[in-house]
Amino acid sequence: MDKTVNQKAWFLVLPVFLVVAFSAVLPLMTVVNYSMQDTFGNNQFFWNGVGWFKELLDPSTDLGGRFLASLGRNLFFSLVILAIEVPLGIVIALSMPRQGWTVAACLVTLALPLLIPWNVVGTIWQIFGRPDIGLLGYVLNHIGLDYNYVSNDIDAWVTVIVMDVWHWTSLVALLCYAGLKSIPEAYYQAAQIDGASRWAVFKAIQLPKMNRVLLIAVLLRFMDSFMIYTEPFVVTGGGPGNSTTFVSIELVKIALGQFDLGKAAALSLVYNLIILIVCWIFYTVMTNAGVERKVQAEKEPAAEPKPSAALKPAPVLKPKEGVV
Amino acid sequence: MHSIPGRRLIMGLFLIFLMLPIYWLVNMSFKTNGEIISTMTLWPHAPTLQHYRRIFTDESWYSGYINSLEYVVINTIISISVALPAAYAFSRYRFLGDKHLFFWLLSNRMAPAAVYALPFFNLYSAIGLFDTPWAVALAHCIFNVPLAVWILEGFVSGVPREIDETAFLDGYSFPRFFIKILVPLIASGIGVAAFFCFMFSWVELLLARTLTSVNAKPIAAVMTRTVSAAGMDWGLLAAAGVLTIIPGALVIWFVRNYIARGFALGRV
Repeated sequence: MDKTVNQKAWFLVLPVFLVVAFSAVLPLMTVVNYSMQDTFGNNQFFWNGVGWFKELLDPSTDLGGRFLASLGRNLFFSLVILAIEVPLGIVIALSMPRQGWTVAACLVTLALPLLIPWNVVGTIWQIFGRPDIGLLGYVLNHIGLDYNYVSNDIDAWVTVIVMDVWHWTSLVALLCYAGLKSIPEAYYQAAQIDGASRWAVFKAIQLPKMNRVLLIAVLLRFMDSFMIYTEPFVVTGGGPGNSTTFVSIELVKIALGQFDLGKAAALSLVYNLIILIVCWIFYTVMTNAGVERKVQAEKEPAAEPKPSAALKPAPVLKPKEGVV
Repeated sequence: MHSIPGRRLIMGLFLIFLMLPIYWLVNMSFKTNGEIISTMTLWPHAPTLQHYRRIFTDESWYSGYINSLEYVVINTIISISVALPAAYAFSRYRFLGDKHLFFWLLSNRMAPAAVYALPFFNLYSAIGLFDTPWAVALAHCIFNVPLAVWILEGFVSGVPREIDETAFLDGYSFPRFFIKILVPLIASGIGVAAFFCFMFSWVELLLARTLTSVNAKPIAAVMTRTVSAAGMDWGLLAAAGVLTIIPGALVIWFVRNYIARGFALGRV
């Protein structure tokens, strides 16, 4: 199914282009404008060139130190989140019931945390973790752990990470479940005839079929954890000290707290650039994975049938057409 | 074959882990503030509806819910209606700069809200939309429109091309084909996309709070009022929190059969 070339398609895309350009390009122009200037209030601006950017990338200055520290914290946070949520999400997806009303019940319960406003997620965990009125904090302190997320760095980190696992693991699980659902029953039967072990089935059938959705899951989780703001802000307020101050929290502090427009704008641009680069890497990998699959699917039918061909997902399935 | 040993136990434990904090919030919302602070009780010993009554009778509280729903609905309608034709175009045609445009859209879905908070504030103040639901609805388009295009593109690609061709041979004009044939065919996809727009607009707070002050204040921002000189009104905060969970739960119930495919954005 090859797409036809038709430049008139631009008319169909135009509304989207206008809406997104209005809300993305216009504000970004303001940011670029601010990032080159300094202000002392009263709407008076002074040209500052690349001064803010130099400061931002130099760890010895106040601004640079704060930015790089929060960036490091944020990257560490994102990696921990991915390391926990992706394997856990796969395990949960594999644990889904096969049929019956329990499937719907599990799906609805899993999706519930995703639909809670982010500040309420923060509030839930703020309450839940408090040693005086929260179940978690109360129990932990009563079994002899000195747990207090307000004053202890490590406790604050653990709380923020557990909260994110609570909030978003379902997304990974639901994505993987969707991937698993698309595997035809015949594959499993073939594997059974071949006498494949549970692990072999996972490695040869389930994991390859989940590839695509896993990529989406990793992309979404990385991006969203990289720009996390509301939940940790409500729970810890970025503290104790600065220990859970992530990039977005630092940015809002500078922009709306101190109203330091130049610095905030420079930070925004660098922040956006990092996101753009990561996004582009993922996009390329995703597009290439799509092409590879297509090529593989075209080759397979001609290839000699191998003994383990039953385990290969290629010939039966048509590759899905799509931009990605 | 499909599942792993001990799956019931794993699933059960995980669901308990998910529900426990929510249960605690619900539990607290039915307690009096005296009971919350003085004792640790696993269920409300003297159940009360006072917090809910206060929210439903005080206009500054319930108007927060109405404001939130207002901008969420506006945003969902805008996002879906502009995304539908674009999804069709991306799915069926190749045109100048299509790949770059798609990537650019996708990158906006990933842009941090914190970056846009201040420029949006300036922009919407300048055009006189500040503190209206329209400002928030338009601002949320930045991440919802790309998402809607992405999801719908997956669903449109699932419709065989022959159907378009047959319809055009039968003399359908493009708009008529679109409304009479394509839209009914991908109705479930539109439902899923609307669900996601609703979801991401409903849960976002940073932009919603920055772009409103009094008239269009979302419920999430009203909730911060529970902090007063007399200390936290925990019961009221919990009740308000519980009420924000309900719309989401209702919406999930309606799309429960499409949830799995929807989360895979229509492309499994």
